[in-house]
Amino acid sequence: MNLQETYTSLGLSDFEYDRILELLGRAPNYLELSLFSVMWSEHCGYKNSRPLLRRFPNSGPNVLQGPGENAGVVEVGDGWALAFKIESHNHPSAVEPYEGAATGVGGIIRDILAMGARPVALLDSLRFGPLDEERNRYLFGEVVRGIGGYGNAVGVPTVGGEVEFADAYSGNPLVNAMCIGLIRTEDLVRSQARGEGNLVVLLGSKTGRDGIHGATFASDELSQESEARRSNVQVGDPFCEKMLVECCLTLLEEGLLVSLQDLGAAGITSSASEMAAKGGVGIEIDTEKVTLRESGMEPYEVVISESQERMLAIVEPEKVERVLETAGRYELVGAVIGRVADHGELRVKHHGEVVGSVPAGHLADAPVYERDVVRPSYIDEVQSFDVADIPEPADYNEVLLRMLAHPNLCSRRAIFEQYDHEVGADTVVPPGADAAVMRIKGTTLGFAITTDGRGRHCYLDPRGGGAATAAEAYRNLSCVGAEPVAATDCLNFGSPENEENYYQLAACIEGMAEACEAFGTTVVSGNVSLYNETDNGAVYPTPVVGMVGVLEDVSRHATPAFKREGDMVVVIGSGSRVSLAGSDYLEIVHGRVAGSPPKPDLDAEKKTADLVRELVRSGLVDTAHDISGGGEIVAVAEMVLAGGLGIEYMEGELERMTAGQGRGRADLALFGGESGGFIVAVPPERWDELQDALGGAVGYDQVGTVGGDSLKVGDLIDVKLSELREAFERDLFGASGGPEVIH
Amino acid sequence: MKIGVTIFPGSNCDRDALYAVERIGAEPVELWHADADLKDSDAVIVPGGFSYGDYLRPGAIARFARVMAPLEDFARSGGPTLGVCNGFQVLTEAHLLPGALLRNTHMRFVCKRVRVRVETLQTPWTSSCEPGAELTLPVAHNEGNYFADPATLEQLETEGRVVLRYLENPNGSANDIAGICNEGRNVVGIMPHPERVSDPVLGSDEGLRILRSVLVGVRV
Repeated sequence: MNLQETYTSLGLSDFEYDRILELLGRAPNYLELSLFSVMWSEHCGYKNSRPLLRRFPNSGPNVLQGPGENAGVVEVGDGWALAFKIESHNHPSAVEPYEGAATGVGGIIRDILAMGARPVALLDSLRFGPLDEERNRYLFGEVVRGIGGYGNAVGVPTVGGEVEFADAYSGNPLVNAMCIGLIRTEDLVRSQARGEGNLVVLLGSKTGRDGIHGATFASDELSQESEARRSNVQVGDPFCEKMLVECCLTLLEEGLLVSLQDLGAAGITSSASEMAAKGGVGIEIDTEKVTLRESGMEPYEVVISESQERMLAIVEPEKVERVLETAGRYELVGAVIGRVADHGELRVKHHGEVVGSVPAGHLADAPVYERDVVRPSYIDEVQSFDVADIPEPADYNEVLLRMLAHPNLCSRRAIFEQYDHEVGADTVVPPGADAAVMRIKGTTLGFAITTDGRGRHCYLDPRGGGAATAAEAYRNLSCVGAEPVAATDCLNFGSPENEENYYQLAACIEGMAEACEAFGTTVVSGNVSLYNETDNGAVYPTPVVGMVGVLEDVSRHATPAFKREGDMVVVIGSGSRVSLAGSDYLEIVHGRVAGSPPKPDLDAEKKTADLVRELVRSGLVDTAHDISGGGEIVAVAEMVLAGGLGIEYMEGELERMTAGQGRGRADLALFGGESGGFIVAVPPERWDELQDALGGAVGYDQVGTVGGDSLKVGDLIDVKLSELREAFERDLFGASGGPEVIH
Repeated sequence: MKIGVTIFPGSNCDRDALYAVERIGAEPVELWHADADLKDSDAVIVPGGFSYGDYLRPGAIARFARVMAPLEDFARSGGPTLGVCNGFQVLTEAHLLPGALLRNTHMRFVCKRVRVRVETLQTPWTSSCEPGAELTLPVAHNEGNYFADPATLEQLETEGRVVLRYLENPNGSANDIAGICNEGRNVVGIMPHPERVSDPVLGSDEGLRILRSVLVGVRV
């Protein structure tokens, strides 16, 4: 292999190689080239996305740590703070779904641990191709099993997430894992290395050849050759991770660590160079001191190995003995593998001989590519859509059942029952509601978490879809009664080298940033996953927003389930924006992904959501749900199914809806998405109080009454609860992605 | 009253059990796996989790931990002992309880709340329940499918040693068994997690009815 082939095979461009020559003033050796290759990959270096990411609002009143650390941190009250981040593991999951998903969970847990926080909740956003293809069924089943296999064993509850299926994800699934950790504000840890002469301690499992060049692999498109790169995928050991969590929390509690950093992509290289660069110091690594899983490993392999379940700590020399003892108590390998130095370089030694040395700052400073943002022509094509071309259905009962049975709308029970969502004894609202709600023991405080992504919408209208993604998260938190405070994002896109994808990336970020600014939700952490493409093209542009909100009194929260016969059902804030463009109805019933969904009116969204939150917080409302892509009737059906109680719409209501927002079409009124509205239910004796609380602030409309065992809307819909249940409660893991009902 | 909670490498319900012990007003005591000492506990809970990563078989390695020697003596001499989930698996592996817990028949991990009936009050862990009480308790396991040979099942039934029975069987357990006790009735193993339903804010504190029983002892 000649020189150019070597650096090309490591994922470096000619331009990047020249830049390295310029920075070093000499030619790098293979080890040094490997260091640059992994640290300058998109996964570690954000070289394509950095200029765009600056657009996000990243500071706010409750923010203790914004982007740049292992996770963002926000204060929640009573001296408590939450550390959280979302991260992708798409490429590993495409070739080795069980381990890919499992190690994605493990990696995000260590990011939270590195802040000194105890991981207390996990969520997962997943995307797959349609389940009628065997490969997609396999990926879906194994990813869910991997998430459960790791999360259940490590003892962190998986409390929420979402999943969608579309052709665009065939062969390139998206697997995004979010973790939330709880920490006292004064105990926050940071990752910068400090103190010349302090020691570098590697904790956790042994180092092997797994995951060599994994970060570089993750920054490339998926192809037939990807299958041959299965050895790039790491293997997870949740048992070791559990020990690592307990060990690190003990070490921090006893004040034995100067700083802490997880080992993720690019292993020791990435962690040590980041710690050194942040602290403005150097770090020397003695590769022979690293405890190895297998013999004959080259020094470069040792420093870029992505073996899982490892953390790097900076320790003062007099405390190192206690640190190693503690590691032993938790059955972990602990070894002093280097020291903090004043030369500012990441210097790799092997038995005293320097085998590579690079200024840590250069590794952490990947080149930045700014590209032109050009609006692609496909957008006009897909947006052209005339509702008049869509025939109104003859049988609305059948349409409702078909929609509820669709993999994108049916019950997620078959998935979340495979995840331990109650370990920790803090889960107040389990999976299945708009957002998960957790309590903080010893306080009245709680927090709510949601992850949301809207790939189809972002494909049809990247900027509007980006804003709608953040708006959905804001609504989901609000309707459980939480005040949204901050967000994390995972940007899943195709290759930025393609103009179309780069536009999508830039426009989605713009939309998300506009929404987060309007909502006052700071973006405190995030992750970028580009190159999500196969031979068949790129995935839908799918930014996923993970948002966290606070409840001052966690006992006052709402869920979607109808709770009492006789409750009055009220739609709040739904109005003129209802549309079939980009709706679930249009895709599921008419097989079309088209149209220009209405842009979210961010001020109105915020006003309505804040009002609903106030209704819940004041204790007036305990039943609330937001109207999402399936429209009002799908939302109502979900409330019926969750509570096991039917609903009857008032006489004349259907006609009013159809004439008003439906513009003469019942399907538009019933199944139109993007309304930005909510549905709440209250006992009749609270009706006056509810009207007072709503005042004239937003529009509302009483639509019906809870009761009976069917869902009835005028003379168009009359479906028994049992029929709804049969459609909705599908086992997605059945033989054909399946029609089987869960028993 | 001091209630010890064993902590094996990989236990992950130990903190929840310690919390629930506090909730019933008893004194929680951590029992580290490597210490052969029950620290004067009046009762012991072996909590759930994945001790030793469930490697080999759930509970198969934990039964050889050093804390198990005094625990076995304690259990064999009548000390109130409760194994929950992985703890139940550990107690069967240690032959303190008969039978075994196989993989769920549907071959999936299952986490949900299920209804169970309390079948006997003649154990230190059910004595405060109402006769025939029906409780809703969480399960979360991959291997909860109780198995024993027909003679053992017959013996458990005739001796009234089925402690909890599923009203909706989540895992294929023989005779819908969710929990059993030993001949001495002081050692109880159950798959459901009473420690997880220990506070009304979590939707239920029905689990405390099980755990509180140990404070009053057995009503004979």
